[in-house]
Amino acid sequence: MREIHVELISKTVERLCIESNYYLPQDVKKALQDALEKEESPLAKEIIEDIIKNQEIARTNNVPICQDTGLAVIFLELGQEVRLTGGDLNEAIDEGVRRGYKNGYLRKSAVDDPFMVRKNTGDNTPAIIHTKIVPGDKVKLILAPKGGGSENMSALAMLKPSDGVKGIKQFVLDTVDKAGSNPCPPIIVGIGVGGTIEKTTLIAKQALLRTVGEHNSNPDIAKLEEELLEEINKLGIGPQGFGGRTTALAVHIETFPAHIASMPVTINIQCHVARHQEAII
Amino acid sequence: MVKKVDTPLTDEVINELRAGDRVLLSGIIYTGRDAAHKRLAELINKGEELPMDIKNQTIYYVGPCPAKPGQVIGSAGPTTSGRMDAYAPLLIDEGLKGMIGKGLRNQQVVDSIVKNNAVYFAAVGGAGALLAEAIKEAEVIAFSDLGAEAIYKLRIEDFPVTVIIDNQGNDLYKIGKEKYKII
Repeated sequence: MREIHVELISKTVERLCIESNYYLPQDVKKALQDALEKEESPLAKEIIEDIIKNQEIARTNNVPICQDTGLAVIFLELGQEVRLTGGDLNEAIDEGVRRGYKNGYLRKSAVDDPFMVRKNTGDNTPAIIHTKIVPGDKVKLILAPKGGGSENMSALAMLKPSDGVKGIKQFVLDTVDKAGSNPCPPIIVGIGVGGTIEKTTLIAKQALLRTVGEHNSNPDIAKLEEELLEEINKLGIGPQGFGGRTTALAVHIETFPAHIASMPVTINIQCHVARHQEAII
Repeated sequence: MVKKVDTPLTDEVINELRAGDRVLLSGIIYTGRDAAHKRLAELINKGEELPMDIKNQTIYYVGPCPAKPGQVIGSAGPTTSGRMDAYAPLLIDEGLKGMIGKGLRNQQVVDSIVKNNAVYFAAVGGAGALLAEAIKEAEVIAFSDLGAEAIYKLRIEDFPVTVIIDNQGNDLYKIGKEKYKII
């Protein structure tokens, strides 16, 4: 058994909180630059240029790209040959979030109860932790801060198997159209299809971790991603909803086997500040 | 063309602004988001005095990041305006002239903007680092217990916004979408 002290987990989470909020992966920038060439609206072009400039300012000045530094969503892959020492793993992750949001001057956006007093917890805990036990002796951490604006525009539907691809498309287009300018387009659309109600939502979120524009390895699903992207960009919403060709930068679909009676679909909308950083211990 | 506008907003200036105009705003504005709006509305409903005179003023829907040492304010982009729709008409009736946020407004807010000669601007959502550079001074003036949701008085210089809803009720979100929609 390989031993890992939980303090190392805390330190890694602290670093990932800060880095993910300051430095956007270059895939988004590339997608924005590609969009800039195709965009027809002069105002939309100006907005895309501002968005790219903003990423550069954040990177150069070591400051958050967006003031909504999100809830800290963590995907943890724990090797089954690892023995964690020195304390409680989940508490160690929260400690890392606490330090990262304090030392990185990130906004604390967590309230302690959802519909009563809604008092800010003051340190952005608790983290949202998804743990998976995997073979091996490593620990992999992916930190993906998620802002409220785009999360609020996400949706879930328990479609009928007979609704088929047409039903999925309609649900996606309706959801993106209704969201309009609210989720800060250009957006990335994460879609989960299949599994149970919680599984479909988890895979929709995981779809957002993929490199922007990289397609599903299944060619039929990849084709659906392309078709949906084209149809979304015909809606005319455009960057920030000001009108234009660039409503979405990418559509990522993940699937999972489903019950014979079910076809659950979750659409998790991500704004252009598509943050995620990972570390392997 | 980009228009340069000073705050507090006057009726003459608002009459010139049209949905889709790019504007550089300078002067004093106030911040306020969910929790601050709830408190402002409670004060108005109880007939009590507000922490600032909002006549002709502009409220920016933002909850900034904490300032790093040497910074005036942390990243400070707009939050979704729709959550303030329940309170905005009340504030506009009290004299509020400008709102800066992002995203859709409901019909009551549009009607209130037209009736009271007000304006709704959007700043670029997600561009918090860029927008913070146009904020030259920041001071918490009310509800400091709310942290990022407290009311700040900001002095801005050439703060970039776009007119979304003008005093005739034109809405850039509708106009822009119609123009670029492919059926």
